[in-house]
Amino acid sequence: MFKITFIPNIILNYLFKFSDKLKGSRYSLSISLILCIGISPSYAGVIIVDKSQAIQTVQQGISQAKNGDTVYVQAGVYHESKLIIEKSITLIGKGWPVIDAQNKGEIFFIRSRNVWLQGFKLQHTGRSDLKEIGAVMIYDSYAITVLNNQIEDANFGISVQNSKCCTIKDNHIKAFNKDEVLSGNGIHGWKADSLIIIGNTISGHRDGLYFEFVKNSLIWRNVSTQNVRYGIHFMFSNNNTYIGNIFEKNEAGVAVMFSSKIQMYNNYFYDNWGDATYGILLKEITDSHISGNSFVQNTIALQMEGCSRIMIFKNKFINNGFALKIQASCDDNAFTSNNFIANTFDIATNGTLVLNTFDGNYWDKYEGYDLDRNKIGDISFHPVSLYSMIIAHNPAALMLFRSFMVTLLDKSEKLMPIITPESLVDHFPHMKPFDL
Amino acid sequence: MMRKIIKYVLGDIIRNKMVLVYTILLFVISLSVFNIETNTSKGILSLLNIILLIVPLTCIIFSTIYIYNSSEFIELLVSQPIKRKTIWYSLYFGLVLSLSLAYIIGIGLPALYYFPNAKGLMILVVGLFLTWVFVSIALLIAGSSRDKTKGIAIAIVSWLFFAIFYDILVLFILFQFQDYPLEGAMIVLSFLNPIDLSRIQLLLQIDAAAIIGYTGAVFKIFFGRGLGILICVLSMCAWFLIPLWLSVKIFQKRDI
Repeated sequence: MFKITFIPNIILNYLFKFSDKLKGSRYSLSISLILCIGISPSYAGVIIVDKSQAIQTVQQGISQAKNGDTVYVQAGVYHESKLIIEKSITLIGKGWPVIDAQNKGEIFFIRSRNVWLQGFKLQHTGRSDLKEIGAVMIYDSYAITVLNNQIEDANFGISVQNSKCCTIKDNHIKAFNKDEVLSGNGIHGWKADSLIIIGNTISGHRDGLYFEFVKNSLIWRNVSTQNVRYGIHFMFSNNNTYIGNIFEKNEAGVAVMFSSKIQMYNNYFYDNWGDATYGILLKEITDSHISGNSFVQNTIALQMEGCSRIMIFKNKFINNGFALKIQASCDDNAFTSNNFIANTFDIATNGTLVLNTFDGNYWDKYEGYDLDRNKIGDISFHPVSLYSMIIAHNPAALMLFRSFMVTLLDKSEKLMPIITPESLVDHFPHMKPFDL
Repeated sequence: MMRKIIKYVLGDIIRNKMVLVYTILLFVISLSVFNIETNTSKGILSLLNIILLIVPLTCIIFSTIYIYNSSEFIELLVSQPIKRKTIWYSLYFGLVLSLSLAYIIGIGLPALYYFPNAKGLMILVVGLFLTWVFVSIALLIAGSSRDKTKGIAIAIVSWLFFAIFYDILVLFILFQFQDYPLEGAMIVLSFLNPIDLSRIQLLLQIDAAAIIGYTGAVFKIFFGRGLGILICVLSMCAWFLIPLWLSVKIFQKRDI
């Protein structure tokens, strides 16, 4: 078989364009076929790591591989650590080979481009007070794919630093941490760009997902549960999109800070319960969209501090202690078409200044009427109750919760707002819940 | 002898028809609340205020009036060779039995039917305790004051105090001392009012979302655990035993 070891890019491009022109004719197929047959053998370097054969350690496999080679690692337990990958290779585990670092440090250490890592079970990295130790450490790299690995009892799971265009997909990352200080993050991104993080499950880490200076990234369908601190935590990370992630039972819920142009769609914040636990805490978030999310059974479903120009629409707030705590420092945020159902308190705020709009939501506490039958209540609704103001200032007032006297006070305050902010009002409250 | 008097008192109360009306009222309220509200825990919450307001009110007013109205009967009994203690306890048990029965039929059984779990049981237990407590407070009032008008007025005022004014007082304390950690104080304060105590116990069972933040955690830890519940039960017992015991003391010394 003949080998084309080198085809200049120009020729390749020309050939592809040529084949495009011939689209539909039988030539195009034949040209692509020729290209495939012609090129593929040159990438065919395959190295097999097997306990019973010549190459017995993953380290040897990596050392012998050249750019473009594929290293298959057969099932077995490999006691190795600090495997440094500085070339473009594909590493695939067959039958879940276990790489056990025996608490000696990092397992994979990638500083390269076009690396593919798949099908490994990585465990016991140990931890250090001085540096960040992780199962997969990616530094200064480009186009790295980490696919379908199981990571157990690692300090950090997968850490991406100063890298671009990395894909982290379908990994199961699990740790058994008890406190914040000693543990690391599940997926840790620092100064990265264009990451794609899909379908990972993370539990028992400090923060399930942690991003700092990460931009233009997609975080999709991840499940982050029972972490010691936050389900997801990011700072200074702009232009990121979060879709369909599940954040459940994290010690402190979710907190995101100092970022702008965040898109959060259809995420699920469930059962984040405790003192200072938030479904999601937004601090200094600007110019963002939050839509289609479910907030169910959180102590505080959504807390906003210093946020500006966020569109919050079509979200569900169900069975939370506080559905929304919005500080007076927030401005130009718009809440529309949200469902507020069975929350103990719908909204609490800390001042009388309100620079946000709350028009056109459904509130189950709304007691108005709709005479013209346009499905919008004829009188406006003040979602902040006097008692929620009292309890926000003075938590011990919980003793009076649902007391008859408190109900009386609330009713009289509704008629004549004195303490509650008069401008925090829904002018067009919906009579029926939105179908979300 | 006691049994005979209780039997007589019970017969008298049932013939009175007031308790029957009370039973039907409770029954209608509970059925309508359980059937109308689609959100079941919301239904319980609406029932909560009814239990916490109507049960104490009815118990305290009805019992006070009953004692005053049967003053001639009591005088007759006192002239007989019967211990005053026995007479008074019989009156108490007669009242408590009839009102408890009314509560069980009116709210307890529907609640258990719709919520055959801890929630339903808690509604039953809390309502019964409230009945016993307020009947015994009524006896204390009726025993200590000879004047019927004054007695009924005191009964109404004490209901107002427990149902509303006490909470205003608590709110006042909360605002005056808001710079201090008040969680412990709140727990103590809630023991000083049977209605508040009942409400907190019920809410712990019903409205998980109500238990918010640090105070919520403190409350949950204290009231939700075995020892806390035991202390609650003991303090509710104290709430009906102490007024009853005092009223017996007063009645024994009273010049009739």
